[in-house]
Amino acid sequence: MSTAAETEAARAPARPVSRSRAFRRTPVGRAVVKIPLWILIAAIFVYALFPFYWALRSAFMPANELFTTPIKYFPTDPTWANFREVLNSSFFRRALLNSTIVAGSVTLISLAIGSLAAYALGRFHFHGRTFVLYLMLSMTIFPQIAILGALYTMISNFHLYDKLGALILTYLIFTLPFTVWVLTSFMRALPGELEEAAYVDGATPLQVFYKVLLPLIAPGLVTTGLLAFIAAWNEYLYAVSFIQTPSHYTVPVAITSFTSPGGNAFQIPWGQIMAATVIVTLPLILATLILQKRILGGLTAGAVKG
Amino acid sequence: MSTVATPAPAPRRRRRRGTKLQRRQTRIGWILLLPSLAVVGFVALYPLGKTVYQSFTNQEFLAGIEPTKWVGLENYRTLWHDTIFRDAVWLTVKFTLITVSFEFALGLIIALVVNSSFKGRGAMRAVMLVPWAIPTVVAAKMWQWMLDDVFGVINDILMKLHIISHPHAWISDPATSLAAVSAVDIWKTTPFVALLLLAGLQVIPRDLYEAASVDGANQLQQFWRITLPLLLPAILVTLVFRTLDALRVFDVFFVFFGNRQDTQTMAVYAQSTIVGDGHVGYGAAVSVAIFLIISLFAVIYMVFMRVTEE
Repeated sequence: MSTAAETEAARAPARPVSRSRAFRRTPVGRAVVKIPLWILIAAIFVYALFPFYWALRSAFMPANELFTTPIKYFPTDPTWANFREVLNSSFFRRALLNSTIVAGSVTLISLAIGSLAAYALGRFHFHGRTFVLYLMLSMTIFPQIAILGALYTMISNFHLYDKLGALILTYLIFTLPFTVWVLTSFMRALPGELEEAAYVDGATPLQVFYKVLLPLIAPGLVTTGLLAFIAAWNEYLYAVSFIQTPSHYTVPVAITSFTSPGGNAFQIPWGQIMAATVIVTLPLILATLILQKRILGGLTAGAVKG
Repeated sequence: MSTVATPAPAPRRRRRRGTKLQRRQTRIGWILLLPSLAVVGFVALYPLGKTVYQSFTNQEFLAGIEPTKWVGLENYRTLWHDTIFRDAVWLTVKFTLITVSFEFALGLIIALVVNSSFKGRGAMRAVMLVPWAIPTVVAAKMWQWMLDDVFGVINDILMKLHIISHPHAWISDPATSLAAVSAVDIWKTTPFVALLLLAGLQVIPRDLYEAASVDGANQLQQFWRITLPLLLPAILVTLVFRTLDALRVFDVFFVFFGNRQDTQTMAVYAQSTIVGDGHVGYGAAVSVAIFLIISLFAVIYMVFMRVTEE
């Protein structure tokens, strides 16, 4: 924000400058001008990260410290007890496994058939191509609640109710169109020469796809896959509607159904819940931080919330 | 259609072979699309049609209560007079207005800050992705605990700042429950809005600002005359996606309130009608209404965007 002022000051040395401008040109002045910016930056950092800090702080606190007033801002007696209890409960471990199965399968299926569709949409000219592109785009903003009832009856007709298969099938509604849309933009960005050379050598379209194009869009597959995985991992509406048995819960449903191990219905085990949120959030944060540049590219290419 | 085709032969040759090549491309294209189209048709389009059909019936999830029969427009007639649904629509619209405007205002400020050069800009952008990546349910749980009336940190901070004198039950008090739930959504989504706007800011050429400051325009003038007009496309896209997203909100409300009647959104009402009560027919009518309301917003936006493009 102050860069414009700086360039302005630097650009017009010949002009008579006011005293405040002269001050801004000194090193001290430059730092002073930046103070409001740094305050804002600090505020944004605190705003974005404080809830995580609070979850961490609560996860490391023993219950007797957690449920006392006045509340403490740092754990004076940090403990792994909450983490241990959460990871020891087969209920939560099961949920982690279920979510991994569901999100993993959905991502693989979406990438497998979505990349074929993206190949067609990105590299071929044919009648109806534009229509399919618009169909996929409109599917990315499709409200999932609109078909909940129909899916509910379909799933029970197929005897998928209360099974992970119900989620794998229905999550394709949002992961597949998104995958197709983003991968199409990756496919389009590739130059045509390599493909041409392969065709001259007598390759079939499918060989071109597997041997030439797929390796080239590998980074795109990773990004898109990660975004699809996160979307499936985070889904709640269908998970809470189609699953009934606690051993089939996915992570979001499990996190909302923690009860005290002692059977005390009135005290919510916040320490364990916070430990669970830290456990499920950590891998996502790590993956996001490692792949942040690619994610940003993928998100803005699709301009779609994952 | 500026996409690169398969081998691009010379124009003349292509015309001669045009039909054959064209037909081949069309055939292969549709074959490649087939699996994806089949899935989309089976899990989205067919259920959408089925939902519309169900909305004209009295179908119940547990068969045997009553045989399903065609009831015409009866569900829609009931829906029209359903005050719970009306409240749910109103609450959802209020939630959308509050969250989208806060997210846009805060997101724009954050985008402008991050767009200026300072040390640690990359770290800042990474930090902004973090709230976006975590599950909404997890965000809701974190905030539910922070908003706790006895042991919550929000009450503690506000009391230390002398903004409130007593601890407040933010979530259970109907007067503040909407604000509480909005706070979660704003926290989780503002960074995402900021990132979309930031992408728009970064394509504005720097020399425009230099030229403007040579001409003596101050920073505020530069913001109004250069930044805002050139950012408009990014702003519109962001607003469209955020609005359509906020209108179908479910997770935060369901985690905070379950299906408490005074705090139901449209989606929560439909879900509890279908899954909670098993009224598939009536729930389908609710779903169709939601679909139409969201489509209406989408159309309004599209018309509006076309107008501004001209």
